[in-house]
Amino acid sequence: MNLIKFLDEFTSENLAKKGASRRDAFSTFSSLGKKAAIAAVPFGMATLSNKAKAATMFQTDDAVGALQLALTLEYLEADFYLKALESNVLDEDVSGKANAIYEQISKHESAHVTLLQDTLISLGETPGTSPQFDFTANGAFDPFNTDNPDAYVQLLALAQAFEDTGVRAYKGQAGALMGNDALLTAALQIHSVEARHASEIRRLRELQGWITLNERGEGMPAATQAVYNGEENISQAGVDVTTLGSGSPFTAIASSQAYDEILTGDEATSIASLFIAS
Amino acid sequence: MKNKNVKVERLVTQKGNKRRQFLKMSGLAIAGSGLILSCSDDDDFTENVPDLFDLGSGDLGVLNYAYALEQLEADFYTKVVNGSYWSGAAAEEKQILEDLYNHEVNHREFFKAALNANFDAELVLPESLEFDFSTVNFSNRDSVLETAQLLEDTGVKAYNGAGKLIETAAYLVIAGKIVSVEARHAAAIRSIRGNDMDDFKLFAGDDIVDSQSGLDGAENPSVIINAAKDFFVTPFTANQLP
Repeated sequence: MNLIKFLDEFTSENLAKKGASRRDAFSTFSSLGKKAAIAAVPFGMATLSNKAKAATMFQTDDAVGALQLALTLEYLEADFYLKALESNVLDEDVSGKANAIYEQISKHESAHVTLLQDTLISLGETPGTSPQFDFTANGAFDPFNTDNPDAYVQLLALAQAFEDTGVRAYKGQAGALMGNDALLTAALQIHSVEARHASEIRRLRELQGWITLNERGEGMPAATQAVYNGEENISQAGVDVTTLGSGSPFTAIASSQAYDEILTGDEATSIASLFIAS
Repeated sequence: MKNKNVKVERLVTQKGNKRRQFLKMSGLAIAGSGLILSCSDDDDFTENVPDLFDLGSGDLGVLNYAYALEQLEADFYTKVVNGSYWSGAAAEEKQILEDLYNHEVNHREFFKAALNANFDAELVLPESLEFDFSTVNFSNRDSVLETAQLLEDTGVKAYNGAGKLIETAAYLVIAGKIVSVEARHAAAIRSIRGNDMDDFKLFAGDDIVDSQSGLDGAENPSVIINAAKDFFVTPFTANQLP
């Protein structure tokens, strides 16, 4: 979809029709379509602002692609946490902590699915449907089976892989949303929630909340290594951050922990594909 | 940026300490600040009145803003790891706070380097801003953890709200790389505090993540700076940021 078509859609009655019925249900995003329209219209508004310049560069195709990818990842996470909670495997943690954590994350992931679907609709797009997921990854795992003695461990390991993937994947798509303030901000607001989740799941697994070098961490299956490759990067915007000082803040370990890295759309898709039934 | 007409002066504070006065800028920054200055080379009024540094606009403004926030966080954790609570803290908490210190100092130095590599020195927020942590008791666990949580949550909201102001994709990626680490920090501190109160959802509690939309916070610089104003001793303005 090019910019003209994008604008055309917003000037039509479609927006009002599509937006209005959902306005009450999704208050946070109810005005998103409208905001998106405003952000995307560079004509005659604030001609000196950089925002207007950015708006002319906003590529709807890229943005829609980014949102559809995000939706696929959210489908995966939402389905995973619902199945995890239904499985009773988390009862292995008798303190109730694991269940509480998964409940909170599940609530957020399901909300993200709704948000992204509604956003795509408000952009005049059809949200992709949820794939059929295979959380055994072709028989490698059996996380929802209380008869599997490793189920609890696998459930936690998969959650870590999904959350750390989510953080990197959203980060990789941010550029595609530049120029549309409402979309970009919402994506960032999801992104940091994924990072909160990742930190907590990692800590539940007795790791640190942040990623050290490209280490997937103790107990993580080798199949999840793709989630961590590249995290050892110490070059930020052309600056080798280990050279910025001496002492503990500038070791390779601290320098890698201090910055999360992106995954490209292809990399994220390839990780998610391990769990999509073919 | 065209604001090249800048001078640096020293200021004798009431305590008698010499400290670097903020860069004085003429032109757009001052015009935007609402201060009425007749002429930048009129020395009469500069004796005791520090002219305020303005963060600037666009990428420069956002990077200066991030630099200010990272200075705040780094200074806080520097005091934490030199305080008596930390030195006697349980191993897990000690490690977390040391990591946070490492990360925030690294972030601070990154912004300093990135700003100086891309902008004239006089447009870069000075290093060694002064902060007031007199409300924090660095010997007290609750006081330290509560403040850490506030600062990390604030950092997340700040970066989330600033993303839309960034003009260059590479800087947006950098902000994204940092904000998720701030969110990891926030969750870890919240997780420790949540364990204390048997609230296992506090890491991403309903008080910080909207339970309907699943969205974290996002605030404009003016909101963040106002919220953190009690910590900032060295004044600055953000008149060209929303």
